[in-house]
Amino acid sequence: MSNYRIQGATGEWEVVIGLEVHAQVVSNSKLFSGAATAFGAEPNTQVSLVDAAMPGMLPVPNMECIRQAVRTGLAINAEINRWSRFDRKNYFYADLPQGYQISQLYHPLVGEGEILIDADEKAGIMEAKRIGVERIHVEQDAGKLMHDQHPTMSYVDLNRCGVALMEIVSRPDMRSPAEAGAYVRKLRALLRYVGSCDGNMEEGSMRADVNVSVRRPGEEFGTRTETKNVNSVRFVMATIEHEANRQVDVLEAGGKIVQETRLFDPDSGTTRSMRSKEDAHDYRYFPDPDLLPLELTEEFVEACRFSLPELPDAKRARYVELLGISQYNADVLTAEVETARWFEKVLDAGAEAKQAANWVMSDLFGALNRLGKTIIESPVSPEQAAELLALVADGTLSGTLSKQVFEIMLETGDHPGKIVEERGLKQTSDTGAIEAVIAEILAKNPGQLEQYRSGKEALFGFFVGQTMKAMAGKANPQVVNELLKKALAN
Amino acid sequence: MTHITDLGVAAIRDGFRAGHFSAREVADAFNANVAAAGALNAFIVETPDHAIAAAEQADRDRAEGNLKPLSGVPIGMKDLFATKGVQTTAASHILEGFTPQYESTVSAKLWGAGAGMLGKLNLDQFAMGSSNETSYFGNVISPWRRPGDSAPLAPGGSSGGSSAAIAARLCPAATGTDTGGSIRQPAAFTGISGIKPTYGRCSRWGIVAFASSLDQAGPMANDVRDCAIMLENMAGFDPKDSTSLDLAVPNWEALLSGDLTGKKIGIPKEYRVDGMPAEIDALWEQGIQWLKDAGAEIVNVSLPHTKYALAAYYIVAPAEASSNLARYDGVRYGLRELPDGAGLQDMYAATRAAGFGAEVKRRIMIGTYVLSAGFYDAYYTQAQKVRTLIARDFDLAFQQCDLLLTPTAPSAAFALGEKSADPLAMYLNDVFTVPTSLAGLPAMSVPAGLDAQGLPLGLQIIGRALDEQGVLNAGLAIEERAGFTARAGKWW
Amino acid sequence: MSVDHATVRKIASLARIAVSDAEVEAMVPELNAILGFVEQLGEVDTSSVQPMTAVIPNTLRLREDVVSDGNIRDAVLANAPAPEHGFFGVPKVIE
Ligand SMILES: [Mg+2]
Ligand SMILES: [Zn+2]
Repeated sequence: MSNYRIQGATGEWEVVIGLEVHAQVVSNSKLFSGAATAFGAEPNTQVSLVDAAMPGMLPVPNMECIRQAVRTGLAINAEINRWSRFDRKNYFYADLPQGYQISQLYHPLVGEGEILIDADEKAGIMEAKRIGVERIHVEQDAGKLMHDQHPTMSYVDLNRCGVALMEIVSRPDMRSPAEAGAYVRKLRALLRYVGSCDGNMEEGSMRADVNVSVRRPGEEFGTRTETKNVNSVRFVMATIEHEANRQVDVLEAGGKIVQETRLFDPDSGTTRSMRSKEDAHDYRYFPDPDLLPLELTEEFVEACRFSLPELPDAKRARYVELLGISQYNADVLTAEVETARWFEKVLDAGAEAKQAANWVMSDLFGALNRLGKTIIESPVSPEQAAELLALVADGTLSGTLSKQVFEIMLETGDHPGKIVEERGLKQTSDTGAIEAVIAEILAKNPGQLEQYRSGKEALFGFFVGQTMKAMAGKANPQVVNELLKKALAN
Repeated sequence: MTHITDLGVAAIRDGFRAGHFSAREVADAFNANVAAAGALNAFIVETPDHAIAAAEQADRDRAEGNLKPLSGVPIGMKDLFATKGVQTTAASHILEGFTPQYESTVSAKLWGAGAGMLGKLNLDQFAMGSSNETSYFGNVISPWRRPGDSAPLAPGGSSGGSSAAIAARLCPAATGTDTGGSIRQPAAFTGISGIKPTYGRCSRWGIVAFASSLDQAGPMANDVRDCAIMLENMAGFDPKDSTSLDLAVPNWEALLSGDLTGKKIGIPKEYRVDGMPAEIDALWEQGIQWLKDAGAEIVNVSLPHTKYALAAYYIVAPAEASSNLARYDGVRYGLRELPDGAGLQDMYAATRAAGFGAEVKRRIMIGTYVLSAGFYDAYYTQAQKVRTLIARDFDLAFQQCDLLLTPTAPSAAFALGEKSADPLAMYLNDVFTVPTSLAGLPAMSVPAGLDAQGLPLGLQIIGRALDEQGVLNAGLAIEERAGFTARAGKWW
Repeated sequence: MSVDHATVRKIASLARIAVSDAEVEAMVPELNAILGFVEQLGEVDTSSVQPMTAVIPNTLRLREDVVSDGNIRDAVLANAPAPEHGFFGVPKVIE
């Protein structure tokens, strides 16, 4: 249960949120044409005659887009409809050359599923919660309009036009901005695990239509508004925050909420009505007569299922239960597919799980943070990391030395073995050498020795430090401890 | 020797192969006929150079022993097929000047088979019409006239440029498209043959769409054999059309036979409609006799939902058309009307108002209405359900028989203007052809006789899905017995 | 059901076809005649019938995910009424 409430002048209000997330499917070519989907091309270069809706052009669906949507459905435990079909959504706009969008209204590819969001007490999510997904359907993206290139004209670029989208429609199950944020983050992580969407919100690969209504706790749903194309988690939360408060204000002033389409303005953090899009929308959906019903075989669906990677919830449970990694570390390591993938490569290269987890969480993340890099940009490879950890495990490197070696690895990209070799950073367990150094240090510090022997045992650390310093950090600390104890006892 | 332009496809192909004439001579002869037939207004664009280039290539190919199936044969192309570099308009002002940068699959196949193009044939605007009176480029005039009467007659529609051009010997064959009868009815009106194959046989890629679930290309020609030859070179699987059938193209010509021994021909009682002229009824009886003579057995069958076919058609076809024609918006090609101070949506409305003809607008309006909120189920869903029943009627009938015989149209050609004031009366002209379109079945019209006024009448043969061979063979059996040789007297 | 002037205007606006008063006047009876004709379908009992989905039994083929098209900007823009620097120009849209 969420305890999120808006305190109005007349009492408490509960917020009800549903999200329609448009996620661009990862594919080489478009949903119904062979034109490329790459981001950032010259205007109208990734456009086929089909995308430009030339007379007589016909759509032919891309198998990969269907496959990715099915895999996404399977990843959220959804029904996969063996029989679905495409419908036309008819409206006129300059970014929509056909005069209709090919979408799926009546028989979507994917039916009921769910997404689990985790408890996050700081954010007010007191326990994990299942958010229902009503459906996922596949549809075409529109083109792009540019308004600032010419005083009296807008420019139309059809490069995006016809790129495949999955529209993932949630149930109105969320009750706070935090829950909605967690839902979008979890969905994004899932899509990236599955590999069906790159989740790149800045490039528009994922955007959400945010449906918000408010009600008195326990009462019927109120009238909702839909804020279109919100393109970051932060903005989704801000939209809800603003929109819910606006609705409370309207209702408490005795007004009514109009069911309408709104737009989020990131600069002011507010939403406003898009009246221009409101004029008598009647989409006249009907089955696209250019496309036959889409029938999936069991083999196809099973192959999709078989191709799925281990998903974050399962992975996290395995880390905790089988690898003995702490819950917190497992949460962080599985949250993003790249992190988990990187971490598992370290394990594949022979590192011990808990040691590797701790190292990734502290040393690696610390370094990446400092360098402003993501894990896929890490200058150190998972294999090199495993080698470093092995050198620690077999006593070649001390903790201090390993940090030193890691710094050099970050700078040079060299293998830890090579660095240790070339720079002589190997830790020594040579008792003779260490004993000699200890003898020298005891001789140089008679005062401290005296105090120690008269009971000031805290000075042991001083002697360890002096010894390590004299040996440039290369002495095996365990050996130093033992030999020092012996020497001081004499 | 007969004049070259009296010859059909097979005769030209064979005569050319035998060295009786060059392809260039054929092209020149037909080009000359086209140039002299402006009064018929059968062509929107004449392309003599295209025909000559193909002919010269055919002559070179023949010299090298490299003959193609249609080497030496020039044809007419309905202006609904996109032709690369040649204006393609669908007979609409909204596409005036549109020059496709691509070639439709069907026309590409024909050019690949060695055929040349005499020109782009006039039609009802966006193939919407049964009389060729809705073209922006003017009416097509049938070469046929009533005796002692110079009143211009309709060549049928929508493939009326095609039918008129073949009947007037401006081309030996032409492409047509059939959505509710647009190949068969004009063929019947002008004394020629035409076949609409099974839905999915001919690719729709590059054909300006009218109603996607009904549109199907097919040939029109002087006789059944010529139709078979043309169809072999138009049909075939096309991965660019999702509704295309992935099947090999049969050797329809080689397997032609007018012997119907063992075939059962069904006569659907529901096609005896009120007010049908007695002479059409008589011709139908004559057709039944010819098929018996050819060895077939006649059975009476029932297609109980026939009376609802036109109503279903006039919901489904306009609904699909209203959406298919949304792309004509003045943004990417074709006409743009931009009144002073107009915004984007004003531009759309002005462009479409100026670009579409009255009949096209009427159908877009009907289609928009039947799909609009609150009406979709009552109209569109109900029509698609009735369509299921109509298809089921045919399935059941074909358990009792192999083919069906009906008249093609309820009347002979009417005069231009006679029906254009009443859209509904015009729609009723398609009453016999529409059910087959709704069910996607192959059907053809062959000329069978003349009415009392000396105008041609056609009989329609309908087959099971994919049984074009059966349809062609029964057509041939009628052709062999009807001995239809009547021609329009040349007045143009 | 029959359409009145207001409905005809609404449909024309949905279909983005500008209509004059005279055209609306003419269209009302025409559309009503056609709608009156097609309404006979209401007589047919279709309670146990599925709407037609494929004219000829056939299933949807899916194509391989390869880039096989595009890079034809000149062809795409060849017929444009207002090509502008590689874009299609349209009257300014104010959002
Ligand atoms: Mg939405
Ligand atoms: Zn959508």
